[in-house]
Amino acid sequence: MILEIHDVSKNFGGLQALSDVSLSVPEGEILGLIGPNGAGKTTLFNVINGVYPPTNGRVFFQSKEVTAKKPYHLAKMGLARTHQIVQPLEELTVRENVMVGACFGKEDHGLGSARELAEEVLDFVGLGERKDQMAASLNVAQKKRLELARALAARPTLLLLDEVLAGLNPSEISAMIETVAEIREQGITIIMIEHVMHAVMNVSERVVVLDYGRLISEGTPEEVSHDPKVIEAYLGDPKLAEEIASGGQQGGGL
Amino acid sequence: MKILRKPGFWLPIMLVLLLGLWPVMTDNAANREVVNSILVSVALASSLNILLGYTGYVSFGHIVFFGFGAYTGFYLMSEQGWPIYAAMIMAGLVPAVLAYLLGSAILRLRGAYFALATIGINEAARAFVKNFDPLGGSVGMQLNFQIYNDYGGAAQALWLTYYLLLGVTIVILIVSYLVRFSKFGLGLMAIRENEDAAEVMGVVAPSAKTRAYVISAFFPGIVGLLFFFKNATILPGDAFRLHLSIETIVMVMLGGAGTVLGPVLGGAGYQRLRGTLLVTPLFRNVQLVVAGVLLLTIILFIPAGVVGWLRYHVRGLRRVLE
Repeated sequence: MILEIHDVSKNFGGLQALSDVSLSVPEGEILGLIGPNGAGKTTLFNVINGVYPPTNGRVFFQSKEVTAKKPYHLAKMGLARTHQIVQPLEELTVRENVMVGACFGKEDHGLGSARELAEEVLDFVGLGERKDQMAASLNVAQKKRLELARALAARPTLLLLDEVLAGLNPSEISAMIETVAEIREQGITIIMIEHVMHAVMNVSERVVVLDYGRLISEGTPEEVSHDPKVIEAYLGDPKLAEEIASGGQQGGGL
Repeated sequence: MKILRKPGFWLPIMLVLLLGLWPVMTDNAANREVVNSILVSVALASSLNILLGYTGYVSFGHIVFFGFGAYTGFYLMSEQGWPIYAAMIMAGLVPAVLAYLLGSAILRLRGAYFALATIGINEAARAFVKNFDPLGGSVGMQLNFQIYNDYGGAAQALWLTYYLLLGVTIVILIVSYLVRFSKFGLGLMAIRENEDAAEVMGVVAPSAKTRAYVISAFFPGIVGLLFFFKNATILPGDAFRLHLSIETIVMVMLGGAGTVLGPVLGGAGYQRLRGTLLVTPLFRNVQLVVAGVLLLTIILFIPAGVVGWLRYHVRGLRRVLE
């Protein structure tokens, strides 16, 4: 198991963002993490990579306990992530943004080799032409790719993707899905939060569903999309959910 | 060495050297005093730039290091009889250690909170020195004029401090360039742009920020000692002037924060402007108002400063101005 989460809870004041979530991710898997808005998906990412310490519970990465370690500790161990709300280093060039990932990530590159690696990764995500531009001048789709490039330049073993498809148009989405599949072929384990259901269902081997901070369902995309609890979580009304489930929609509306 | 072929490395150094040699060529003490005050500004602005420009932390208390370094060196020279070279090293090290201790505490704060804490430090330092008798308390310390005889008399000593200041300023510019174009510097700029994102990418922000703070505190102390050694007297009010901190920020912003050349142009430009205003009857008493208006104008209209503006608008200059 590359990542193990045991009974993790996270409270913000009175708000229970996560309660007793347990999860294991084997090496090489692509895991989809879905759930309605406010379900705690991003909070779970933040607990895994150390942005927030969990209120309770423990996190193990590559069999080492990393509970409440800082994000930079995890980055150096080989965990990289992208942000749902893109966080480019605006007044640095695209290349410099990616070099930060290469210099301070798992492989600890010097400036020279980081530069080469950055160009290689930028070509891979399709930003090769824009490497000398300021990151602030990119559009949203390009900024999402920049997030991805920065994460990849760190040469991670586990990659957390937080809604890399949100805000992209259909052709950009299919291009990005291809990129994700290629990353996976390089042997990188991926956990992806996604709202674009057909994408999650196609790409993931296993899907985990969160609702109100609880893990309510876990299984193959097929199993999860037929789980009444999942349908209820998304649609709110159990009766309506049953109707839809029996009405032959096969969860396709999710 | 690759950096020796970079125009961006040579330009600031050559500018300072040319300016610095002018009084020597003309052998004129009045010119020397003009350049001396410019060098103090350039050195302070370049030091502050490592924290303000590269790391993005606004410190209103940077003059504390200038003051503490000056007091340390002054005390060692006048009370302990140290030679100036040894005193200079201690005048750098003591503020650097102070910055390490302070930084471990206040660099946890961000934005306006950090800036406010640094103002507090400035006031606390002045109050402490004012009431600390070994450093002369509120009447400060005077240098025994005999001390100048060790350096060939008062006139020679003034030239010596001038050469030392010129040397220190050039060392600061070299350090500034090396930091700017190093992996460490890339980490600092990542922190400036977005500290949370930088940490997620693996930049160990607390230690990087502390190191930047220590480097930017080391040189002002040495400059402070040279400044007050020349004056032969040091007072708490002169050593810890809050408005000098603010003027240093104006210099960095004017020239271009985050560039190596910016603080050179900003320091020299602002110092010349100040010199002119001080002898103009209309502005003599309100020259700080001009600094305020200048800062406001820069932030509103050219936040990148002179060098940043030129780099943005004149493509051909990008390889030269750094």
